[in-house]
Amino acid sequence: MDTGTLFSMRLSLQVATVATFFVVIIGICVAYLLARQNFRGKEIVDMLFTLPLVLPPTVIGYYLIVIFGRNGLIGKTIYEWTGFTIMFTWYAAALASFVVALPLMIKTTRASIESVDRNLINASYTLGNGELVTAFKVILPLAKKGVIAGAVLSFARAMGEFGATLMLAGNIPGKTDTMPLAIYSLASSGEWTQAHTMVILLTIMSGVFLYLANVYSKRGT
Amino acid sequence: MGLSVTLKKKVNGFSLDVAWEIGDELGVLLGYSGSGKSMTLQMIAGLMIPDEGFVRSGSKAYFDSSEDLDTPPQARNFGYVFQDLALFPHMPIMRNILFGAPEVPKYEKLLRAQEMMDAFRLTGLENRYPSEISGGQKQRVAFARALIRHPDVLLLDEPFSALDQPLRIEMRHFLKEVRRRFEIPVIFVTHDFNEAAFLADKIIVYSQGGIVQMGSLAQVSAQPASPEVESLVKSVAPSLRAPEEAMFCEE
Repeated sequence: MDTGTLFSMRLSLQVATVATFFVVIIGICVAYLLARQNFRGKEIVDMLFTLPLVLPPTVIGYYLIVIFGRNGLIGKTIYEWTGFTIMFTWYAAALASFVVALPLMIKTTRASIESVDRNLINASYTLGNGELVTAFKVILPLAKKGVIAGAVLSFARAMGEFGATLMLAGNIPGKTDTMPLAIYSLASSGEWTQAHTMVILLTIMSGVFLYLANVYSKRGT
Repeated sequence: MGLSVTLKKKVNGFSLDVAWEIGDELGVLLGYSGSGKSMTLQMIAGLMIPDEGFVRSGSKAYFDSSEDLDTPPQARNFGYVFQDLALFPHMPIMRNILFGAPEVPKYEKLLRAQEMMDAFRLTGLENRYPSEISGGQKQRVAFARALIRHPDVLLLDEPFSALDQPLRIEMRHFLKEVRRRFEIPVIFVTHDFNEAAFLADKIIVYSQGGIVQMGSLAQVSAQPASPEVESLVKSVAPSLRAPEEAMFCEE
């Protein structure tokens, strides 16, 4: 395997790992609120977090530029204060992956939290345990299957992220070319041998993750 | 200490309106399904909020709509045994029981749990999961878990309904034993007059969200207030009523 392929592979894993880390933390919090709390506009919040699942990646990339670009809503302030812009860095790739993977985490986790037996939650309360202990010791452990499946799916989705990454991080060889981006470059410049290797690698990796997600979502608690 | 409640609640076309009180005795809420017995229990425990009324035990109020008081369920020191027992499937027996005493210091908690395990004949099952023990053992775990923090009131929602007859009878004796250990008000929900007859100090008969009769076993069985109460009382198999019931009436 040549250095380019190795770099892309390592970068993809790094981007997906970082993205999944935040997806899991934020995804669990959002899913928990959506599943357990009743508040006004709840379904609108759910819709907003689910939108990246159905919007074209270019649209997501566009929004991210509008928000985090050097002249963006938040990006401008960050750039003025620190001189740093996320654009065309691997952080941008991680951010793009985070946004597109988050809905998968929220959907699966919310469903599994909602399916936890109401009586078990009530039992925890009547035994004197508050909201936090009940969440960490009863609800989340019982929703574990869905949480793990969601995390694995998110990781697989982050590994495969292309469109939004291209718009936000660009396709800079040796810097932001994750596997999907590298495959695009290789194919468009006719370097088929390398492209083959990477396509097969990515397929195998994603296949393994999907398999794991299935195994976890079926396994008992 | 006792327990006194007045509860009003309207949900989905069903309306509950009840008021009763009991002392440190076993009160049975008797009635057909859908008469509001379980709902009453949930409101006492704080799992459902009444529209109006109060829940008091001794001098302490847990809910009072006139004072906007609503203590959350975790802050009411009430033991609750659910119809399906609600043992945590992901925790071994010992952890299930310890989970019932979050505020008791660790050493004390372990001591109490050990006592419970001995008293409720659960020794040796500490590390088993609920799916690995028998129905009767599960019942006793549920009781141990509800009692480990020494609750002020014990609420039992048809806890024996899933058991077969011999085990039900064994569990009734077990509950009497529990009562000897803990002198607190116990509310027992059932639609089975046999069970009520064997256990109750006081019977409160529910029908369609209201109370149709309240009194001792002797009063209710001698003078049923309505044909419905009469049919509930008549469902008793005479053989099961005999000696213990007689003993009971004297108490």
